[in-house]
Amino acid sequence: MTQLDATAAGATGTAGATGMAGAPGTAPRAARRADVCALACAEAFRDAGEILASAFGTAPALGVRLARRTFAPDLLLSDGEAMLMADPPPLGAVPAGAVVEGWLPFRSVFDVVASGRRHVVMIPSQLDAHGNMNISAVGPHGHPRAQLIGTRGAPGNTVNHRTSYWVPRHGPRVFVERVDVVCGVGYDRAAAAGPAASRFHGLGRVVTDLAVLDFAGPGHRLRLASVHPGVTVDEVVAATGFPLALPDGGPGAVPTTPAPTPAELDLLDAFDPKGLRFREVPA
Amino acid sequence: MFRGTRPRPTRPLGAGPSRPQADTGPRAAAETTAAQTTQGRLMGAKLLTISDAVAVVENGMTIGIGGWGSRRKPMALVRALARGPATDLTVVTYGGPDVGLLAAAGKIRKLVSGFVSLDSVPLEPHFRAARQRGEIEFAELDEGMLQWGLLAAAHRLPFLPIRAGLGSDVPATFPGLRTVTSPYDDGEELLAMPALPLDVAFVHANRADAAGNAAFLGPDPYFDDLFCLAARHRVLSCERVVETAELTKEAPVQALRINRMMVDAVVGTPNGAHFTSCVPDYDRDEAFQRVYVTAAGGDGSGWAAFHDRYLAGDEAAYQAAVRADGGSAGRAGDRAREKEGAR
Repeated sequence: MTQLDATAAGATGTAGATGMAGAPGTAPRAARRADVCALACAEAFRDAGEILASAFGTAPALGVRLARRTFAPDLLLSDGEAMLMADPPPLGAVPAGAVVEGWLPFRSVFDVVASGRRHVVMIPSQLDAHGNMNISAVGPHGHPRAQLIGTRGAPGNTVNHRTSYWVPRHGPRVFVERVDVVCGVGYDRAAAAGPAASRFHGLGRVVTDLAVLDFAGPGHRLRLASVHPGVTVDEVVAATGFPLALPDGGPGAVPTTPAPTPAELDLLDAFDPKGLRFREVPA
Repeated sequence: MFRGTRPRPTRPLGAGPSRPQADTGPRAAAETTAAQTTQGRLMGAKLLTISDAVAVVENGMTIGIGGWGSRRKPMALVRALARGPATDLTVVTYGGPDVGLLAAAGKIRKLVSGFVSLDSVPLEPHFRAARQRGEIEFAELDEGMLQWGLLAAAHRLPFLPIRAGLGSDVPATFPGLRTVTSPYDDGEELLAMPALPLDVAFVHANRADAAGNAAFLGPDPYFDDLFCLAARHRVLSCERVVETAELTKEAPVQALRINRMMVDAVVGTPNGAHFTSCVPDYDRDEAFQRVYVTAAGGDGSGWAAFHDRYLAGDEAAYQAAVRADGGSAGRAGDRAREKEGAR
């Protein structure tokens, strides 16, 4: 199913790639939670086509690299600055001599956003059942209890192209009944704002450290799509601050999130030789 | 807000003790003659000191600041603004420590931005604290809306239509934002992003000549040219003031994003983006940024000490204090000086 690029190991064969799990003669290591999260992020980009894949956070950054190298080879990836990289670089510094395939300064990113040829994974501070997302402030906007980073590109992203979310700590402070400031637009708000807002609106999936959620619940509400290995449905429901829709068939019908294959684990190790993903998701 | 003529510095331009940190030797004098003949204007007339360049800012003005987050910010100009008298400012920026320093100095009445971040440190401590004290009005925009507002101002249009912001709380937090209905058959109702005209723009380039032709040498021009086009008075600081012919020797012509009709004042400020990045001249001074963040937290005593050490004096004193630190903070200054010396 997974078509590994034959040059994969060689292309990222920097110092960090040596000694990785799955090297000849060693038993493949078991996938950890962070690996499952990275693959679940990668899956958000299946069949995405020739678009810009943007990612905030470690698991999404690994996910877009994994997707690009395996089942979504047409994706475009940036170096986090202004370059499009011909081959996905490891996390951290881009290796010397890495091939640049394009120039994408911030203003060009805005053009891509408006064109719709992009799928971004953002990290919400608050997210509600409709997919409204807040990274602006907690409390009243005029005098917030907690000032956050600011709305960034979330309003434009969500009404122009596919947007998914990554939640490194699934809990009721993130999954709230009502977000304090709507930065990323949810299904209910997009519909209420009219055709221009909903025309290109479409949220992808929500990957957390416990589960994968989608917007296939009643009225595009968040629904539990799968739980990660070792996590129960009850845990996820309890960690969500609103009633979480379940698949037809109830709690027993919730599948388990797939774990990466040994080959995919090798790629994750090569992309993340320092194991940054295990700091983001220690489980 | 100034009305009518463009604001003018109070001291004679490029004269006497105001002479800036740029080539002033015999070679520069010889160049002046050529510049006069080719450009019909005294080359160097725009060269100002930091304090003269910043003196155009008056209470209540709208100031645009180039760069992005903690990247290529005109920090020498920002530091001068923070220690100067002008206050009650509206600041338009892709925000980083420029917002933090001005907020810490109590200069900002209103911020127009999509975010404030130090990039490697996601949240700006002074901005956070000021907002949580209820001190700063935040007209919060999607990043693309901010670009659109600058472009509308640059094009002398009242607004530009944009999809970004529809359905979000941007219309609730940006006062007076309205929609516009397409006059064509589609009839789409879009947001009408109003022009964001600036009284003064501050931007920082890697290289510039004395007339204000400027090159960025890093990978991203950010929106510095738009800030200049949207402003009535444009102040450009740079790592090094060079002869015009040098500009295209060091960079492809496409890097000359800013030309002299977009600039009113040029200031040579070596290491002037510190502690933000100014690649390829220097990277962000992460060690210094951490010191800044740590100092900004706590009970205020840390910030008082930071202020005394780095911000109480002028830019030369700041740079001297950074060099005296040694470590990575000092090395950044060393790199800048070595490049100066290599010329």
